Amino acid sequence: MWQTCALSLLVFTGASQFALVGALAAGGNPLTAAAGAFFLGVRNAFYGLRLSQSLALPRAVRPFAAHWVIDETTAVSLAQRGRRAARIGFTVTGLTLYLLWNLTTLLGALGAEALGDTDAWGLDVAGPAVFLALLAPMLKTAVERAVAGLAVLLGLGLLPFLPAGVPVLAAALAAPAVLYVEGRRAGGREAARRGGSGQEAKR
Amino acid sequence: MNTWIAIGVTALGCYAVKLAGLLVPAGLLERPLVRRFAALLPVALLAALTAQQTFADGRALVLDARAAGLAAAAVALLLRAPFLLVVAAAVAVTAGVRAVGG
Repeated sequence: MWQTCALSLLVFTGASQFALVGALAAGGNPLTAAAGAFFLGVRNAFYGLRLSQSLALPRAVRPFAAHWVIDETTAVSLAQRGRRAARIGFTVTGLTLYLLWNLTTLLGALGAEALGDTDAWGLDVAGPAVFLALLAPMLKTAVERAVAGLAVLLGLGLLPFLPAGVPVLAAALAAPAVLYVEGRRAGGREAARRGGSGQEAKR
Repeated sequence: MNTWIAIGVTALGCYAVKLAGLLVPAGLLERPLVRRFAALLPVALLAALTAQQTFADGRALVLDARAAGLAAAAVALLLRAPFLLVVAAAVAVTAGVRAVGG
């Protein structure tokens, strides 16, 4: 029970926690299990990359804020307009999630049988529904839609073949791939404008 | 004891990557390509996560009540429903489909 609570307090990134528990329960080596959980957590670095722009936190605050850099806080912060709203979104989401996540972990560790089958209530779909609702406003142009579409294909297509956590990272490649194609198209248009048709012919 | 080692390694690793993203120098982020890239990455990651949490059961792809729930959420979004209503629609439809026998 202490171990379950320590996971929520110290790791605080759900997918990694589930991966670790799952791998350990299946009798996996602790270091292999930790590696899988780590891979699932790597995406938080990319979130931090984006968040440091929109939040512009003072250097001294960053080590503390870092613990709350997760799917949900990123999604909420980036959905806000302006730095103030983004900071409020980040803090409120981080605080409420951190408290509730750890409180419910404790309750769960104490005895979850009383709750019955949570799946029957359809609560497992709340996560993806929240992600979808937060993702939708980001899909402003064809570029974002292309990235999202390619990411879905990669994430689902690679799922049966790669270890847990890796397909999501592979799906992140959709961003540079689409940027590359977009860059080449822009380059091609530029060349055509300058009167050179060679660039167009190559494609 | 082994479990504690796994917990410690995971906690340190996960914290380190979270911090690494935040500490990238601001100068690098001023460049337009980096800015564009950092804006598109969460789109890719969120899209992939949404799809996996809806259509994956472990490492197998499945089509079950969750897909109906997510479709309900998508419809609610297209109708510009408020955020909580979108999530409630997804949960209600998923529970409904399961109750009927999905």
